[in-house]
Amino acid sequence: MAEAYTRRSPLQHFGLTAAAAKSNAAGAEVLIGESAHRAIVNIRGDGGEAFKAAVRSVTGVDLPVKPNTTAQAGAFRILWLGPTEWWVVTTSGAEEKLVADLRQAFIGQHAAVIDVSESRAVITLSGTKARDMLARGCSLDLHPRVFGPGQCAQTGLTKANIMLDQTDAAPSFDIYVLKSFADYLWQWFWLIGRDYKLAIKAH
Amino acid sequence: MLLISCPHCGPRDEHEFAYGHEAHIARPTLEQQNTMTDAEWADYLFMRKNPKGVHFERWVHARGCRQWFNVARHTVTHEIIKVYPMGEPAPKLEQK
Repeated sequence: MAEAYTRRSPLQHFGLTAAAAKSNAAGAEVLIGESAHRAIVNIRGDGGEAFKAAVRSVTGVDLPVKPNTTAQAGAFRILWLGPTEWWVVTTSGAEEKLVADLRQAFIGQHAAVIDVSESRAVITLSGTKARDMLARGCSLDLHPRVFGPGQCAQTGLTKANIMLDQTDAAPSFDIYVLKSFADYLWQWFWLIGRDYKLAIKAH
Repeated sequence: MLLISCPHCGPRDEHEFAYGHEAHIARPTLEQQNTMTDAEWADYLFMRKNPKGVHFERWVHARGCRQWFNVARHTVTHEIIKVYPMGEPAPKLEQK
């Protein structure tokens, strides 16, 4: 884990805080921003009852075993990655304790707990035209009758691999992207955003 | 573009997947390995079916859940006839 004081956002050079202050959110069709750094812990296991109980004892979240769904309780959000793989997402700074607690809870089980917080940046997208904008580079059907809050998907957005997590019906999306792709993805959004009323949101 | 139904994630675009070539190639047992000729080894390592018709092949949902599965695909029409889990024997299909 990088020390918090040495951590730089991969989008820092865009000066998003200042840009958000100048940005006019009134009447915007799409709000785009970079979320504050998050703690992301990758957990692997069979998803059985003992595994679920261990996850619940640490996070209070019922593990989402249905493919491409999420579950949240308090500060912890769990995203389904695969039949034996999940992400536990929470606020930055909690990762060390979370990893230790999960490892303790999994003792005696065939499981793995890895802190992957530093690998991803999170771009947030919301507003009435957010789906349209995503559809320009993503092959998933994001129509509300197919994809809604509580669902997540790993997919491709233009040339970047992303984890797409719909957080509410506004719609709002959290887009987890590898930090090395964050600059590219932001610039792509900026290019596509010329066709929409776009505003930068402060986080 | 093919629309492939991942057994976990449902129908997704072809570009999310990677191709894993022919399925159901059994590795020779240790006993067989000790007595195999070079020709038999070459056959196991290099010789692949190239049918005009139904082909049983492996795919991985590389940009999604990263799980492997088997697909029965028609090599002329690209019709995906069946998606079935790893480890299952090839389904018996009526030739089209």
